[in-house]
Amino acid sequence: MRLSADELVFWRHGFIKVNATIAYTWGLMILMALGAKLITRNLSKDLKRSRWQNLLEILVTAIGKQIGEIGLRDPGKYLGFLGTLFLFIAMANICTILPGYEPPTGSLSTTAALALCVFVAVPYYGITDRGLGGYLKSYLEPTPIMLPLNIISELSRTLAMAVRLFGNMMSGAMIIAILLTITPFLFPIVMTALGLLTGMVQAYIFSILAAVYIAAATRPVTEQKPERKPK
Amino acid sequence: MLIDWFTVGAQALNFIILVWLMKHFLYKPILNAIDAREQRIAKEIADADAKKAEASKEQEEFRKKNETFDKERTDRWAKAGEEAKTEGARLLTEARKVADALSAKRRESLASDARNLNDAILRKTQQEVFAIARKALGDLASTGLEQSLAGVFIRKLGEMDAPSKEIFGAALKSSDSPAVVRSAFDLPQDARDAVQKALNETFSTEVRLSFVTAPDSIGGIELAANGQKVSWSIANYLGSLESAVSELADPKAKATPATTAAPATIGASDGSHA
Repeated sequence: MRLSADELVFWRHGFIKVNATIAYTWGLMILMALGAKLITRNLSKDLKRSRWQNLLEILVTAIGKQIGEIGLRDPGKYLGFLGTLFLFIAMANICTILPGYEPPTGSLSTTAALALCVFVAVPYYGITDRGLGGYLKSYLEPTPIMLPLNIISELSRTLAMAVRLFGNMMSGAMIIAILLTITPFLFPIVMTALGLLTGMVQAYIFSILAAVYIAAATRPVTEQKPERKPK
Repeated sequence: MLIDWFTVGAQALNFIILVWLMKHFLYKPILNAIDAREQRIAKEIADADAKKAEASKEQEEFRKKNETFDKERTDRWAKAGEEAKTEGARLLTEARKVADALSAKRRESLASDARNLNDAILRKTQQEVFAIARKALGDLASTGLEQSLAGVFIRKLGEMDAPSKEIFGAALKSSDSPAVVRSAFDLPQDARDAVQKALNETFSTEVRLSFVTAPDSIGGIELAANGQKVSWSIANYLGSLESAVSELADPKAKATPATTAAPATIGASDGSHA
């Protein structure tokens, strides 16, 4: 029994290899990109529009609204990163209902990669918004004594994100696999439904946490200009 | 080992590519479409606001025009009423004038008719009276009316007062031409002779006479010499009759020239006719 999809390698050439995690990720990427391309191919700018366009508009505006509610000004700037984070994890988790599919998020390598992306994105957005000095100064708050703890916090939360998502998804897949051997019919279906819920919750938690970390790294609320619309 | 670092790198790269793909194929078109729609809606709202403003402006303009129109109408109405009143008064005055003129004309016409009628009655009466008198005199005596008239004339000459007789006698003597005896009919020779004789006796002189027939002097005889005149005529009686008839026809119209004549006058007077 495999603990991670990384162990299933389809192709290898020395250091480079294509395992199930990467392959399924590509599949998801193609699915999402093609789906988006197909739906946005004939976008209507009138009041009347297709169901799929409505769905995507609701999704995009809801993500933007959520980013705004967390305290980030100009949600459009973070929509690409945070929205894709949520959509990728959500899609990866939803697809667990397909037989033979193994979610890439069930691999610690994927979750670590995502957590690393967040780990890089936080200082990137912080420095873009506040400048290098302003961002580094945030490590000395509220007192310089907190600097080591802040650094540890930065690292540990990245690790926590990676392990939390991996643990949840891996455990879900693992439980279904174990239940399939014990009670083949009813319980796996229930657990799959539960797994879908857990997957959505994890996608939400991951992206919300990323948003919160970025919001903390960017300009604090007290420094924000008064013209910001209250939510 | 749960973490495969190659996979971690590959997944990180995959994720970055996915972010680009999503930005390119999903977020950008969707947000553009939403923005375009919002702009369109905003434009439509702005257009609607502009139209509303224009409509309210037009409404205000229309209201003002209506007010002006109402005021103008009221003014014109009042002016027209005033003009109609003035015109009515003018027409009424004119109509009164015309009516008065017509009334006067009618009165005049009536008076003229009455006069004509009187004249006709007078003429008829004269003729009838003359015929009756002629017939009565003819029936009563063997002498004709003419002789009776001559008799009456002679008698009246005899009854002349002395001053009149004197004045007329002087006139007869001073006249070169013969005195003219006018009668309505041809006097018979014996009547002429009687008149000649009476005049000769009255004025104690041989009076030269010339007899002239004047049919318009009804039933009378007139002697004229050198501006002096002696006459007797039934016309005088008929004048009295005419005035009496006129009074019957129109009690108000009493003044007619015939009524002034005295019935059967005889005497000397200036002028050619009595």
